[in-house]
Amino acid sequence: MSVNFGYTISLPRAVDLDRNDFSVALRVLRRLPELESCIGCGGCTATCTAGAFTEFNFRRVQTLVRRGEYGGAYREMNKCMLCGKCRLVCPRGINTRAVVMTIKRELGTGY
Amino acid sequence: MKNHKVIVVGGGAAGLQAAATLKELGVEPLIIEREMQTGGKVRRWHRLFPDFTSASEVLATLEKNAEGIETLCGVMVDSIDATGVTLAGGRHIKADAMVVATGFDLFRAELKEEYGYGIYDNVYTSADIEDMLNGDGVRLKDGSAPGRVAFLHCVGSRDEKVGQPHCSRLCCITAVKQAMELRESFPDAEIYNYYMDIRMFGAGYEEMYRSAQEDGEVRFVRGRISEASPTIDGRVQIKAEDTLLGRPVKMTVDMLVLAVGMTAAESNGRLGVGLQSGGFIAPRDLFTGAVYSPDAENIFYAGCATAPKNIGETLNEATAAAVKAAEFLLEK
Ligand SMILES: Cc1cc2nc3c(=O)[nH]c(=O)nc-3n(C[C@H](O)[C@H](O)[C@H](O)COP(=O)(O)OP(=O)(O)OC[C@H]3O[C@@H](n4cnc5c(N)ncnc54)[C@H](O)[C@@H]3O)c2cc1C
Ligand code: SF4
Ligand code: SF4
Ligand code: SF4
Repeated sequence: MSVNFGYTISLPRAVDLDRNDFSVALRVLRRLPELESCIGCGGCTATCTAGAFTEFNFRRVQTLVRRGEYGGAYREMNKCMLCGKCRLVCPRGINTRAVVMTIKRELGTGY
Repeated sequence: MKNHKVIVVGGGAAGLQAAATLKELGVEPLIIEREMQTGGKVRRWHRLFPDFTSASEVLATLEKNAEGIETLCGVMVDSIDATGVTLAGGRHIKADAMVVATGFDLFRAELKEEYGYGIYDNVYTSADIEDMLNGDGVRLKDGSAPGRVAFLHCVGSRDEKVGQPHCSRLCCITAVKQAMELRESFPDAEIYNYYMDIRMFGAGYEEMYRSAQEDGEVRFVRGRISEASPTIDGRVQIKAEDTLLGRPVKMTVDMLVLAVGMTAAESNGRLGVGLQSGGFIAPRDLFTGAVYSPDAENIFYAGCATAPKNIGETLNEATAAAVKAAEFLLEK
């Protein structure tokens, strides 16, 4: 979540796929091509241990990363407890913990 | 021993239609059906999508057309080759051609343990709902009427975890049809359908979906239920993400209905014909060769043996397979 400095920086609402930088997304997907097979069913988020306590949403964060929207993604993925429950329910059999670790590694702590 | 012209393996919708067509073309077929009755899955259904035609009416027509055709019931075909079929037990029956119409198996919902089918009260499959509709109507375990029902789509389909990667095609429309039937029985009930994608491929299907939304007041939630747990009062608590809101949802329902998929018949593996990766029988190709076997020129395929299909598609394919089998005999 962004820090509130008392005034609002209104980010453009549209995800600009013309301008977004996909380099990190492509590196993540090269390591884990199966992530592209996500059907967005939300099973991971529904079962998520961290999601029960925070607003962390694995489906949403990894989808944003795949769209080249990296803002806050490292901090969000840091909330994951790596419990692996999401992998048990994922109908595509995606190695979700590897996704968390790879996104964090490729993005670095700046995000 | 008698040499049969054509053996039709399986007496479901496809087998009955293929046999009736062969008879019309002047070829006397023999139907071999492993159950004590012909009719296959259609015998279990109540009313059919997309227009609520009674399933027994359709079945009656199929059976009437196949009347008088020699049929062996309660007999399982174990394997098939170009010379004929071998029954369980080892007896071989010779034939000049075979139409394989062995259909599909219903996905066994107990394999998705997280939904508690067979363990918790008030978790049912779509096939159970058909049984109830054919019986005394839909009721909870204690005999009362449900006030809140959730349907879950894609149970045992599109799921790597249970080795069923394919879409069964008909469970979306079945869940929509049943949601409307429950609306008819229970005007005040809350009805939710949890889905990953809504796939309405057939004529009249999208219209039925829209009518369920608008007239049926069925609420569609885009998210897959990740788990279900029983409550002390015999209800079922479910968890999902409402992916359109991006937030987890939790709700307690009186009844959870699992829209089970159509899986490849388990017995396909023994038949001795080539299979697709998911276990359905492999036709020669998916365009001009859908009813032909790549294994032998006198083996033909019809219906859900090769892929999930609705009744209309099944019957058309059965007609085509029968015509091709009859042509084969003529050219022989
Ligand atoms: C819940 C549900 C609801 C449905 N509702 C509708 C609907 O409303 N409208 C619609 O158009 N479609 C509906 N369908 C689809 C419909 O059931 C199929 O299209 C139809 O049953 C296909 O017929 P079939 O003959 O190919 O297969 P089946 O119905 O599976 O018949 C196969 C037959 O072969 C027999 N058999 C199998 N193996 C052997 C063997 N080795 N030896 C001897 N006999 C064998 C079986 O016992 C069976 O009788 C529904 C499907 C499901 C799952
Ligand atoms: S591994 Fe992380 S994302 Fe997956 S369920 Fe556990 S906490 Fe949630
Ligand atoms: S459970 Fe798997 S397929 Fe479903 S949204 Fe999560 S990662 Fe994607
Ligand atoms: S038809 Fe619908 S419920 Fe059935 S597998 Fe396909 S998407 Fe899932």
